[in-house]
Amino acid sequence: MPETCIYIARSSAIAARALAGEMMVMNSADSTFFTLNEVATTIFQAADGHTPLRDIVRDRVCEQFDIDPEQAQADAEQFVAELSGHGILLVSNQPLASETP
Amino acid sequence: MISMHRQVACVEIGGIPIALSTCDERFLHLLRERYDGFLSSSPPEFELEFDLTSKGPASDVDVRVRREGHEWLIERGDFHARWDPRTGRGSVRQNANPYSLDSVLRILHSLILAQRGGFLLHAASAICDGRAYLFSGVSGAGKTTMTRLAPPDITLLTDEISYLRPNAEGYSAFGTPFAGELARAGENCTAPVSALFFLDQGPENRVDELSPAEAVRRLMRNILFFAEDQGLVEKLLATACEFVARVPIRRLTFYPDARVWDEVRNFAGNLQEVPEHA
Repeated sequence: MPETCIYIARSSAIAARALAGEMMVMNSADSTFFTLNEVATTIFQAADGHTPLRDIVRDRVCEQFDIDPEQAQADAEQFVAELSGHGILLVSNQPLASETP
Repeated sequence: MISMHRQVACVEIGGIPIALSTCDERFLHLLRERYDGFLSSSPPEFELEFDLTSKGPASDVDVRVRREGHEWLIERGDFHARWDPRTGRGSVRQNANPYSLDSVLRILHSLILAQRGGFLLHAASAICDGRAYLFSGVSGAGKTTMTRLAPPDITLLTDEISYLRPNAEGYSAFGTPFAGELARAGENCTAPVSALFFLDQGPENRVDELSPAEAVRRLMRNILFFAEDQGLVEKLLATACEFVARVPIRRLTFYPDARVWDEVRNFAGNLQEVPEHA
């Protein structure tokens, strides 16, 4: 049975800015504020709507960080679920058009 | 007795004069009394016309600030205001409650400042030896306590809402009439910002570093900002990062007695010996 792909895109209703290696993200709708660590920042920056999450984890996260692939995938899915719950990321089983310019 | 002629009080906070006009003599008196020390004869940059209604009591829970066409629409249970940044003019319908008046002015200033790279911060601020120090934190963190403990040579800018604008070297803090528990307006003066401290109370006085990301996180949590506007939120986040890059920010754990100001002076002395951004 084929594995379901997860596609992620950044919401247009956010402001984001990198500072000292960390990404700060604010949801303009409810003013919630997040600070992303380096791994989370890598995933966030790669969230273009058409690269599957598993490819982001394999090609970006596991390439850049010394991390177990299975653990990285599980952590990434948890991170994506949390940020999508706050409207920071959009998630779909189909490719998405990224909302950010 | 209500006069049909609009009368004006120009209130200048943070170097931004705003003409407040009303037909109601008693409300005009309230305006002048409340903002005594901040009344100005400068040509106003902006104008607000007040019309009094019997809207409900002051409330903090349901304020909404959003764009409607070119105008900002500012609404809460106790007031309804419109302001057009292109013309600089707006109108307010509210009751004669001074807290509603304060809220409208704070929100208007937050919108003006956001466009100019400044902001209002939940923070006490005071001038010590010609430099401004900010003390920020949630309610109960010690903002008013810091101002109560200040030695006589300290000039109080505010015990509740600090007013910050960028300048050539960094940022300037201005006094505001927006008082907290101290129930006393700040002095109408300004000074370059030397440092921002986020307050925690503890068994001893100590100053600790904060990472830039932690400083931005705490700063964003304490900036007064109400607008549902993507562009302004992006600008505000950029402003917060700029502030963190240009102003020393620390966590100040303090035991609530007057010695905490010695800690502030020591910190200031060390900053002058080793400039942070040299």
